[in-house]
Amino acid sequence: MIPEIGQAALIIAFALALIQASLPLVGAQIGKPRWVNLATPVARGQLLFIVIAYACLSYSFLVNDFSVRYVASTSNTALPLIYKISGVWGAHEGSLLLWALLLSAWTVVVSIFSKSIPKIMLARVISVMGMISVGFISFMLFTSNPFIRLFPAPIDGRSLNPLLQDFGLAIHPPMLYMGYVGFSVAFAFSIAAMIDGKLDAAWARWVRPWTNIAWVFMTLGIALGSWWAYYELGWGGWWFWDPVENASLMPWLVGTALIHSLAVTEKRAAFKSWTVLLAIFSFSLSLLGTFLVRSGVLTSVHAFATDPARGVFILVFLVIVVGGSLVLFSWRASSLRSVGQFAPVSRETGLLFNNVILVTMAGTVLLGTLYPLVLDALGVGKISVGPPYFNQVMVFLAVPLYLLMGFGLFLRWKKDSVSRIKTKIIIPLSLALVAGVLLPLFLAPEQNGLTFIGLISASWVALAALLWLLNSTVSPFKLPASTWGAVIAHIGMAVTVTGITLTSIYSHEKDVRLAPGEFYQVGDYQFRLIGVKEIRRDNYIAYQGIVEASESGKHLVLMHPEKRTYNQSSMPMTEAAIDAGLFRDLFVALGEPLGAGSWSLRIYHKPFVRWIWMGALIMAFGGLLAAADKRYRRFRPHKKAVV
Amino acid sequence: MTPRRKQRLIMVVFMLIGIGLATTLALKAFNENMMFFYSPTEIASGKAPQNHDFRLGGLVVEGSVRREDNNLTVFFDLTDNNEVITVSYDKILPDLFREGQGIIARGQLNQDGIVVAVEVLAKHDENYMPPEVSDALAKNGGEES
Repeated sequence: MIPEIGQAALIIAFALALIQASLPLVGAQIGKPRWVNLATPVARGQLLFIVIAYACLSYSFLVNDFSVRYVASTSNTALPLIYKISGVWGAHEGSLLLWALLLSAWTVVVSIFSKSIPKIMLARVISVMGMISVGFISFMLFTSNPFIRLFPAPIDGRSLNPLLQDFGLAIHPPMLYMGYVGFSVAFAFSIAAMIDGKLDAAWARWVRPWTNIAWVFMTLGIALGSWWAYYELGWGGWWFWDPVENASLMPWLVGTALIHSLAVTEKRAAFKSWTVLLAIFSFSLSLLGTFLVRSGVLTSVHAFATDPARGVFILVFLVIVVGGSLVLFSWRASSLRSVGQFAPVSRETGLLFNNVILVTMAGTVLLGTLYPLVLDALGVGKISVGPPYFNQVMVFLAVPLYLLMGFGLFLRWKKDSVSRIKTKIIIPLSLALVAGVLLPLFLAPEQNGLTFIGLISASWVALAALLWLLNSTVSPFKLPASTWGAVIAHIGMAVTVTGITLTSIYSHEKDVRLAPGEFYQVGDYQFRLIGVKEIRRDNYIAYQGIVEASESGKHLVLMHPEKRTYNQSSMPMTEAAIDAGLFRDLFVALGEPLGAGSWSLRIYHKPFVRWIWMGALIMAFGGLLAAADKRYRRFRPHKKAVV
Repeated sequence: MTPRRKQRLIMVVFMLIGIGLATTLALKAFNENMMFFYSPTEIASGKAPQNHDFRLGGLVVEGSVRREDNNLTVFFDLTDNNEVITVSYDKILPDLFREGQGIIARGQLNQDGIVVAVEVLAKHDENYMPPEVSDALAKNGGEES
């Protein structure tokens, strides 16, 4: 009964989404206030019914209703409670329902916090979000219905992939989806502005906090995914240039460009059509991300679905969204006139270059991710592009970007002079050079060119941000939250860059064969295999290794890497033992038994690896702070150039 | 041309040079790191490149996995039900590596016609067959699973 209620709720939500997508928009065009006024209540109604549908599916998971096919294929009775809750989005159908839920929730939140937005504008925004909702709900109803029954119902379900039974992974998809869906707000506002033919500073102030919040979720989602891959997959890497990772990185890069371009649109009434274009692309890339991960076109752990009808549906949806908005853009973009003039040396120019670099980065990732798929689809050949491609191109593009990140803050809007900038940057630049050269010389065992480049970049970005804050004519504590947000986000980037540089260059990774009593030495660290025993837990059995790690002869910690076999599956799983620290992680994973008590072991020493995710947390905090700036909450927009 | 226009022009030229440079580098890196996929049959007929990484896939032949005694090096045979290619690997095999399972390896050919792998991938699903492998099998009339 409950699944049928869920199904009915989904159909009602679909009908409401259809109304939401059409009437307010048409009403705004032909001047029917009644239709315009429908937007908010209909959006709330849609949310209510999607919540009901979502609750019904969750209920089916909680009571182990294996007559529902989706539940039977992703859950079982032995699954701990938390993974039953997260199991709802553990596979394709349910993750779409989560998408739809988050989308209608964002819509309602926008309608609540938009008191300063004219009714007509708001109606258009809500309508566009309704259109996206129509797309997602029909996707579910026609190709991937989570409520389909299974006859006869199995007694027990299949298990969620044990890899996915993990807290980090349980919250990774919702975070990422919050980001993906969040970019739909900027997208909807852009479409509405094009229909309206007007895009002013007030518009930018409405869009900026939403874009920031979406970006914050996206940053956290990507960082969580990277962290999960590091500790759970047992490979000890933090980024693999896997297509699913690239799928989330591309909207992040374009979204970062959008955040900066919006600043120009707000303060200087320039870059207007460019901002709109970025909003279209960041959302389109979010859809592409969903398409890549969920359609099964990728040979990857994340590709759950293998039904081609679904792939075709998302592809068509993508073509409609991208094609439709670009047609509208080519028709209406000329009405969004950018009036702000600027000189070649100005903050606008700095941000222009920032945007060009970020978009180029996204483009190279797109090339490396999609080109092999296109060739394969055309039947030309099966190729793949190795991580060195991405690494080379990204490092090449990142260095000028980091240079700009420091310069850009000091630049003035409209017109600045080289000589003024010189006096401003001389201190942070020389400090950064000294720090970036001396630190590796004194503290690192050996240096290579990239160590210096990485550390100089990181210290430059961080010092420039800090000194810019201190240099300001007003007391730093009187500066607006958005200024603090920018500084903190830049420092976060510097922390991440430091982590990436040092981990990439100084990590020591080795697969070794050890018999009990034997040891392996990495620098000052010694790893001694004491033994391997068999242990038995509630839902798995495991081999557990005992490895003593010591530093310079002193006992440090006992590490317990495991090789688990879950009851419901014959797949073994590697559970690495990690001794985490601010400046280094020790990482031990169990390989296979090699006979005579010997085991293969994977032993890593990873300096500064935590800094990568710490930096992402700091960036996210900066983004949140910027979104909370007072000026976005003002009712009557009035111009004021602060930064 | 007014000075402002001239400055603009210089800026645009700079940007174009930058983008051109980035594109050139990207394409060069792309070409250098592009890897083709070959089936054991194609490798046996000499299609695989020398001194360049490529990927190969197939089923691990039952009973073909052999280890050296004092290190991690392992040898196994891959087949597309037509030809057999031997692969060597000196790191820890993935959790799902099994005899009879479809896997993908990346590496280079050595003088003895053995593929020295630097990476071995087995997918995290016991019934999953990498699409490349099932295509390669289908070409040889093998059974798809």
